[in-house]
Amino acid sequence: MMHGIAPRTVKTTCPYCGVGCGVAATPDGRGGAAIAGDVDHPANLGRLCSKGSALGETLALETRLLHPMMKGARVGWDVALDAVANGLRRVLDAHGPDAVAFYLSGQLLTEDYYIANKLMKGFIGSAHVDTNSRLCMASTVAGHKRALGSDTVPGCYEDLDRADLLVLTGSNAAWCHPVLHQRMMAAKARGARMIVIDPRGTETSEGADQHIALRHGTDGALFSGLFVYLADGGFLDRDFVAAHTRDFDAALARARSIAPDIDATARVCGLERVAVASFFETWARTPRVVTLFSQGVNQSVVGTDKVAAILNCHLATGRIGREGMGPFSLTGQPNAMGGREVGGLANQLAAHMGFEPENVERVGRFWNAPNMARTEGLKAVDMFDAIASGRVKALWIMGTNPAVSLPRADDIRAALRQLDLLVVSENVNSTDSTTPNAILLPATAWGEKDGTVTNSERRISRQRPFMPPAGEARPDWMIMRDVARRLGFAGFDYNEPADIFREHAALSTFENDGQRDFDLGPLATLDGEAYDALAPVQWPVRADGTGEKRLFAKGGFFTSDGRAKFIAIAPPDVAELSSAFPFILNTGRVRDQWHTMMRTGLSQRLGAHRPEPFVTVHPDDAARAGLVAGGLARVDSAHGAATLRVDIDGGQTPGTIFAPIHWNDETSGGGRVGALVHPLCDPFSGQPDSKATPANIAPVAFARAGFIAARHRFAPPAGFWAWRPVDGGFVATLETDADDAAILAALRSVGGDGDELTLRDEARGLFRAALLRDGRIEAIAFLGRARPIATFAMVADAFGAERLEGAARRALLAGRAAVADAGPLVCACFGVPLNTIQAAINAGAATPEAIGAATKAGTNCGSCLPELRRMTRALAPA
Amino acid sequence: MSEPLVIVGKGMAATRLVDELSTRALGRHAIIVIGAEPRPAYNRVLLSSVLAGEVDPADIELKPAAWWRARGVTTLYGGAVASIDRAAKSVTLESGLRVAYSKLVLATGSHPIRLPTPGMTLPGVLTFRDLRDTDAMLAAARRGGRAVVIGGGLLGIEAAHGLARAGMRVTLVHLMDRLMERQLDARAADLLKRAIEAKGVTVLLGADTARVTGDTVATGLELKDGRVVPADLVVCAVGIRANADLARASGLAINRGVIVDAGMATSDQDIFALGECAEAGGVVYGLVEPAYEQARVLARRLAGDTRAAYAGSTPATNLKVSGVGVFSAGDFVGEGKETVQLDDAADGLYKKLVIDNARLVGAILIGDTRDALWYQELIRDNIDISAMRDDLIFGRALAMAA
Repeated sequence: MMHGIAPRTVKTTCPYCGVGCGVAATPDGRGGAAIAGDVDHPANLGRLCSKGSALGETLALETRLLHPMMKGARVGWDVALDAVANGLRRVLDAHGPDAVAFYLSGQLLTEDYYIANKLMKGFIGSAHVDTNSRLCMASTVAGHKRALGSDTVPGCYEDLDRADLLVLTGSNAAWCHPVLHQRMMAAKARGARMIVIDPRGTETSEGADQHIALRHGTDGALFSGLFVYLADGGFLDRDFVAAHTRDFDAALARARSIAPDIDATARVCGLERVAVASFFETWARTPRVVTLFSQGVNQSVVGTDKVAAILNCHLATGRIGREGMGPFSLTGQPNAMGGREVGGLANQLAAHMGFEPENVERVGRFWNAPNMARTEGLKAVDMFDAIASGRVKALWIMGTNPAVSLPRADDIRAALRQLDLLVVSENVNSTDSTTPNAILLPATAWGEKDGTVTNSERRISRQRPFMPPAGEARPDWMIMRDVARRLGFAGFDYNEPADIFREHAALSTFENDGQRDFDLGPLATLDGEAYDALAPVQWPVRADGTGEKRLFAKGGFFTSDGRAKFIAIAPPDVAELSSAFPFILNTGRVRDQWHTMMRTGLSQRLGAHRPEPFVTVHPDDAARAGLVAGGLARVDSAHGAATLRVDIDGGQTPGTIFAPIHWNDETSGGGRVGALVHPLCDPFSGQPDSKATPANIAPVAFARAGFIAARHRFAPPAGFWAWRPVDGGFVATLETDADDAAILAALRSVGGDGDELTLRDEARGLFRAALLRDGRIEAIAFLGRARPIATFAMVADAFGAERLEGAARRALLAGRAAVADAGPLVCACFGVPLNTIQAAINAGAATPEAIGAATKAGTNCGSCLPELRRMTRALAPA
Repeated sequence: MSEPLVIVGKGMAATRLVDELSTRALGRHAIIVIGAEPRPAYNRVLLSSVLAGEVDPADIELKPAAWWRARGVTTLYGGAVASIDRAAKSVTLESGLRVAYSKLVLATGSHPIRLPTPGMTLPGVLTFRDLRDTDAMLAAARRGGRAVVIGGGLLGIEAAHGLARAGMRVTLVHLMDRLMERQLDARAADLLKRAIEAKGVTVLLGADTARVTGDTVATGLELKDGRVVPADLVVCAVGIRANADLARASGLAINRGVIVDAGMATSDQDIFALGECAEAGGVVYGLVEPAYEQARVLARRLAGDTRAAYAGSTPATNLKVSGVGVFSAGDFVGEGKETVQLDDAADGLYKKLVIDNARLVGAILIGDTRDALWYQELIRDNIDISAMRDDLIFGRALAMAA
């Protein structure tokens, strides 16, 4: 079953974003692995971003869930699986299939997804299978299906190399899809133009030829204006429109009513006329244009319509499925696409089939399923509402953290406690989304998992194991198989992932005959060896086993009449602000973290780029609100509150603030931004609008500040803090009102009954304490009243020491042995901090290349090149 | 011709005075030192080290005979002074010998206090004051058995430790709820207690002595709460009292000690006093450092420097129990002042600094006393410590490296 485990290099796929980079992992035999980019993988051709490069730092077992747990106690697998099956059976018998739900993750493998979907929709008989992809790609799925008839990304990554114009809207690819961004920057270097449409100035907009900082939520109006401009300017491909589309006139009429001309567009979008005119003209006159879009488009109350507005322009010009042109959705998760292929969303049935009666019948026949779900299930936000209201009694969460990531995250947490049965399959032994009564099942993690994932360009790649499962962890598919068998269901006789993949491929081609885009026909007969050796391949897969790079250049849409449909979109819906919540809160990712940091939070290098949750504010707004850079702010919405470090940036649109999504209650104090996000969803996709929550912001201050560090993360006293990994443990800057006793109690909670060292200077508000066991620091805290606050650099050497004694022990709380702080990390790959780069600039390095030559910064993954470029401008010696 | 300067007492204060005089005004005075004990002056501070077997008795002699001879000092040892004739400006020894003086210095030291409780004079009850006491304690220790030391101050702790080192099973009883309460705060005293106990001494706090038991020899100690601690040796180390006997008999002004002014002169301007017998600025010091400071002032006065004045000393205590560094100086309580505390009890370390108006005014050091002198100087010299405030408690090397 665990084919491919060997002390040699294993080719696998990165577990982070949807770029789907090939990774070459070489186990070191000590539980770690050397990580490199796979030069043969077409997605990345050997490149890796900072997150991918640091994968080797995230393999430690410290935070892993290693055995099944019930009510906080370790149990055997049989006990746990019996409990899950019995629990499901009880809920099914008492309340029926509608009371059972699965909440899955775009990090599951396709094989895992397939079993979950089959078990639920064919056997349990509920369609309440939704995933965190709902937060990510649902609007694109709905947008694709409405216009194209199928959830199909028409183009491929090569189009980025061939394009003359790259338009990114709602995408900070420089941070969120760094390897593709580098690829686009290479195209730009060859002469392609890059235009970034984003209300927020980002690293991506920094590197672009033009930044269109439109008003929040008005992307649809901008592309409506473009649609009108294309029509009125004679840029249409009338033959394509006539032969392969329908509903053109109605869509254009609606676009005209929203944005009749350049001036109107500029007004609606809050832009200068010239910016709009130049964008329209450039787009219109550049046939080879790829319009890339991501969460800024998807996470919106009008997300599906934003997708439609983009597709309208590409359809109207026939710029779709042709080399160097097309709309291009950038996927956020490693296998959101695989989940979509399987049908692992509540509004899909299976294998790109919906709940039409003939599809339900067809899939039921294929599965030999006794209890087919016949209607769409509950989408994520509705699912948790149904849990809160008691309609759903049993929930199985796999590989995701809804109490951090879903809107109104505090309500989600409360809802979980209502359940009769909560099952959590996880890598880590604690996420925010468990309850004391949950059944915890240890799932295999990246490096152990064996199966396939699909990236943003429809490319299926193998994730191959290169390490044995940690502890008693089992693959998700195996866990579900064993529960299905216990429930008495037939058709779950899989022995290895290849069995499942073959069935998945067989279903995709079952009675297909070209009716459905998703067709893996030739792969339905792969034997185990061929599955192991499977090279990255795009779907649909042709009879000769090769994949289709592009679709729809000559029509052939997967609608009933084969024509794509122009969509008449709704007018833009701009968030309603009030005096209580006068700001628009936008959320997103930072470069070196991913989702809720369960994996990236373990990497030292990644933790150093943006070590704390922050909120970005425009200087004018900051001045009015009394916020200072580096101070703290409390951000409130109608749904929750967060405490965040203030980052003042002229690139932030006035009236808007931005906060990253990554921190949870285990990694930060008050940084769980999901708690603020409003639950408004797109009407078609059910995807929550995470980009425009009305919010307020005000300065907040604590009595004392400093840092805490320990071998393990623990719960510090109330206040602001955020853990980041360091050699041998974790450190957090802490700002708190807690007194000495409370701080010491917190240290004891992690350091136990070790030796206690304290330094108290009440007049100075100073309190420093360390807990030592056998001379080794278990936990340490330095707190004072005023800036400059104590930093971990003061004790980093001592923290790394195996044993402190004599003078070193006596000087520990002086924090004087260490060198000065080198500043935040800029280049995560080579660990180059700000001060080193500043020194290089002072020494005459005027370009990122020169900095790279001097410090190696930016010469590996290139993720920090935009930052370096900005620094060469900002920090250049006078 | 040299003026005759008679020094009554040959202890550490007297020796230091001679030393100071010999550097400032060698030959100005004809110095006569009169000592009751027949042996040369020795370093009393090291008696506990002798008891603990760490120092040989022969090695605690302050100055060899040649040193005194070289300075032309006449030493009259083995005979106490019986009286002073202030009018005739002479002293009379018990032997009847009269010695005339131009200036007279009283350096008569102190008496150990014996508790006014029954049995205190029984054989087997000792004080801990001089080499004879030390010899007797060592002799008792050689017989083995049990010892009780009364008094949890500096001297009592050193006696208890020394006896334990010498092989006795030792109980230390102390009236107060913590050891060295006049030098240590509760935390420091607790650490000290643990350290003493780790060296094999049983410590009883809040223990009020009722009497020494035994008819002909001491057999133990009975406490007021009824407990009896059996013992073959009882050492009473509850404190000292200034020896102002001669001064009193001579009609000099005395209080708890011989009252002296800033120039160390008594109520008779030709008679001076210093050390443990003197009361300067209302304070009788029981420590060697103030005596040395007084010796310095007095030597300058006797050398003709009328500006030399003694302004009082910062009381500082150093406990000499091997492996248990204890230092206390100045206002170690710090009521209403700023305090800085560094605590590593597991490593036997505790430091407390008291700061007032950017000046160090008090300190306690337990476990690591290497910087004691430096702190003492900072207190004595009233140094502004603002610049090194945050590192001060970590000692001189770290603070000065700032």
